[in-house]
Amino acid sequence: MILQHYLKEVKKGDVSIKKTVKAILREAKTLNKKHHCFNIISEDLALSQAEKQEKEPKGRLAGLPISIKDCICVKDVESRAGSEILKDYVPPFNATVVKKLVDEGAIIIGKTSQDEFGFGSFSTNTDNIPKNPLDTERSCGGSSGGSACFTQLTKHPHASISESTGGSIANPASFCGISGLTPTYGLVSRYGLIDYANSLDKIGIMSKTTEELSPIFDVIKGHDKKDSTSLDISSNSNNEVKKIAIIKEAFEIDPKIKDIILSNLEDYDVISLPLTKKYAIPTYYLIAMAEASTNLAKYCGLRYGSTLPLKGSFNQFFSEVRSKYFTKEAKRRIILGTFARMAGFRDAYYLKAMKTRTLIINEYKKAFKKYDVLISPTMPILSPKFSEIKKLSPLENYQMDTLTTGPNIAGLPHLSVPTNSIGKLPVGTLLISNHLEEDKLLNFGRKIEEK
Amino acid sequence: MKVDKELIKKVAENARLNLTESEIKNILPELKEILNNFEIIKKAPTKNIEPSFQPIEIKNVTREDKTSKCLSQKEVLKNTKHKSNGYFKGPKAI
Repeated sequence: MILQHYLKEVKKGDVSIKKTVKAILREAKTLNKKHHCFNIISEDLALSQAEKQEKEPKGRLAGLPISIKDCICVKDVESRAGSEILKDYVPPFNATVVKKLVDEGAIIIGKTSQDEFGFGSFSTNTDNIPKNPLDTERSCGGSSGGSACFTQLTKHPHASISESTGGSIANPASFCGISGLTPTYGLVSRYGLIDYANSLDKIGIMSKTTEELSPIFDVIKGHDKKDSTSLDISSNSNNEVKKIAIIKEAFEIDPKIKDIILSNLEDYDVISLPLTKKYAIPTYYLIAMAEASTNLAKYCGLRYGSTLPLKGSFNQFFSEVRSKYFTKEAKRRIILGTFARMAGFRDAYYLKAMKTRTLIINEYKKAFKKYDVLISPTMPILSPKFSEIKKLSPLENYQMDTLTTGPNIAGLPHLSVPTNSIGKLPVGTLLISNHLEEDKLLNFGRKIEEK
Repeated sequence: MKVDKELIKKVAENARLNLTESEIKNILPELKEILNNFEIIKKAPTKNIEPSFQPIEIKNVTREDKTSKCLSQKEVLKNTKHKSNGYFKGPKAI
């Protein structure tokens, strides 16, 4: 337990925060040259926070280095969500989750690389592509690729704050061989998150082991008046896992991945979730793109972000700025999302997806009447090579999210746990529980890791 | 519904995007492939099923109409090149 051990040492005064922070910053700079895990290393901020904490360590996370996914606002540090259109945007405020961490003494070391606005499964839809810690020819997964990459590589106490819309925490956690928790929708405030899709976005945590997630989770969860979708209830403290089931359809994959996951489990039932299997991908993408296309409407070169000289009419100017700075994938999602919301198509696509989401939620809820935790592989494949990713069509890219979109659509907490490797490439087991039952995941995840 | 060049142009205009001819040419078959694949959702048995606009029940939040602390004018304008006399400066409206 490197993280908890460090926090204890800090409390006893047995370790220098300044030395630790200087060392991790040095390490981050070196690793970044090869692995591109950071868009920005916030050295000045980290050193000033370390100076303050060294004098008087204060808070539950006193002196702990934390990296933050680029889409989460950190005051006075460029936060561009991996995009070009938000280049040079320096937020004048902290996201609630960042404020909570800093108030508890955490040290913010930088912003991690990601797909533009979270639009991707391999962190390749951006200008700074993170390279897998175990093989630089391969992807870290996405969209929180940089967070997972650095979490795996660092030798120092550290956790990363990331974000998932359709699988962006579990997927890179699996490909990089670390632990990643996506909490219940609404349990962690989204205030200060550069949104992708409001009804799906969830801020979560990555660390080397499941055990290390808990102290961070305790700090970042909880109601926030600044986020109107923030839940005013706490998570359930009952962590007892009595019955588990594996999801039948999710194991129709590479038998090597299947065998590794099943070899770590005992006493499980098999459950079928046919509606989720059939409808999760179109439901997810229609909702996500519809919401993304409205969220991206605010990027027009006026109040912040990349811009051009003022010229032409309102519409001409905004269209020029947007066309110049959005990448191909952002444009594709804007077109698809705008289409799904247009008069004449709205009922057939957008509204239909919202109703199908109810079917999927109901299917999971029925399963949780009987089981505490549902289990599947996190990803249907091992981390692919960049040369293989280049050959995928957009649809084939989207289909990679087949196992992670289900719990994300339903806002269910889920945890990807590192579970052995095939060669040097890690495999992740995905644990899913009912709303607000994160403690069951953390408890069961620790048990799997011990094996 | 026909997904063709004209439709893409119309959608792009609504979304305030100027797509080049080659962008439209690339995006058209991709969009067709995606939408064809997503057609399956039309068969989902959603009769008498209510839509879930959120994944978990969320109550409306109201608050008293009171002023509170907010960002200063200087902070708000810090991130733009287009400003004048303490205001944002935009393109010509009329």
